[in-house]
Amino acid sequence: MIIESNQRPENAVSRTTVEAGDHYIGIVRAGQTLRLLDLEGNQAADTLFFNAHDTAERYSAMDTLREQGEVYLSAGSKLRSNEGRVLLTITADTCGRHDTLGGACASESNTVRYDLEKRHMHSCRDNWMQAIADHPEYGLTKRDITHNINFFMNVPVTEEGGLTFEDGISAPGKYVEMVAEMDVVVLISNCPQLNNPCNGYDPTPIELLIWD
Amino acid sequence: MSTHSGDDARYTTYLPGGHHWSLRLRRGTTLTLTAREADTNVGLLCYNPENLLERLNLPDTLKAQHTFKLTRGHCLYSDMGRIFASIVADDLGWHDSVGGNLMPHHLLAKGWQSVSYQQAHNAWTRTGYDSFLVELAKYGLGRRDMAANLNLFSRVESDAQGRLRYVPGHCQPGASVTLRLEMDTLVILHTCPHPLDPSPDYPHRGVEIALGTAPAPTEDDICYRSRPENARGFANNRLYHLGL
Repeated sequence: MIIESNQRPENAVSRTTVEAGDHYIGIVRAGQTLRLLDLEGNQAADTLFFNAHDTAERYSAMDTLREQGEVYLSAGSKLRSNEGRVLLTITADTCGRHDTLGGACASESNTVRYDLEKRHMHSCRDNWMQAIADHPEYGLTKRDITHNINFFMNVPVTEEGGLTFEDGISAPGKYVEMVAEMDVVVLISNCPQLNNPCNGYDPTPIELLIWD
Repeated sequence: MSTHSGDDARYTTYLPGGHHWSLRLRRGTTLTLTAREADTNVGLLCYNPENLLERLNLPDTLKAQHTFKLTRGHCLYSDMGRIFASIVADDLGWHDSVGGNLMPHHLLAKGWQSVSYQQAHNAWTRTGYDSFLVELAKYGLGRRDMAANLNLFSRVESDAQGRLRYVPGHCQPGASVTLRLEMDTLVILHTCPHPLDPSPDYPHRGVEIALGTAPAPTEDDICYRSRPENARGFANNRLYHLGL
């Protein structure tokens, strides 16, 4: 569902550009609004959320999809935790559909998907590992790196039970915006994948904007 | 069709409905689960007993095989690019990858009366979430370690618009599925109902369990051949068993 936002970038309390293959970790407070902006189009922002006060409670793709009864995320989606609570609610979306089934690329899964000799290539999971290694203050370890949201990614499910990876439906300037329902840690890998069309074989920057 | 059920079973048992179990299965073991009743559900998780940080990864499993459902020919992948188990026989054609776990809030929302142990002894109403926590704790694991689970025997399908629908009657009595373990695996399972099960009361539906053995898969194996990705998954297992 396409819903535009009334938030103005000049009123944001923070604006951060995340280059392709780089990561972001930070806190969004309850009531704040977070926007992910696809600056150049066709990017994939692999995103995890945690309850900032108890990081064992985190975003759960399965709880989110089952409770909303739909397989894609868009405006109106409540992003639920593994304990059934709402972490954030998507309030605006100019892209229309985001994936949460396909998971993140990893050095190890790249060997399966593409070639064993691709194992050295940069990946979202390695990006997250760097983030949690650099930021021990969040108390996150590999156990916490679970099933993520792929903002801006298009992974259609067929009625017969197939899963397909389609060219992105995002474009330069498209965004998704969500309001935090509790204090959350946001951990993003701006996807470095070079082996499939999720980002048009050309990873590009995204921008994160936060409003009070 | 089932080809591994029972004939060469080394051990058989029955896990009643609403219960849980964990077992370390060696590479080359087969695990055959057979439903006694319609709409049985078995929640399943896998961990590597040598390194408990390696665990079932459903997103990697789905995207590697371009599938939303799991059935014969599919493999269950760890987050390290290896295959815990492959599905070598299946009467159902669809096992659910998206429904997750029965949670305490579902009992309330469904009007399923929460029945305590004091009231009903072992016919109490456990949740899949608590069942997994109990088994995980036996290995020093907890909430942070509970990955997304498979729901064997259950079917949740998506329509063209992406709306999800649980399909009652998908599992019929006698339906069976066989996993072949491709590496030593800690298997954690429960028989709590699927969270989308529309039954008016909490259903206690157990599953028959048979453990057997299978020869190592060759390159003409259905799971090996079903996707080029799986040949590479088996190659990763081969490296692992070489000691890498």
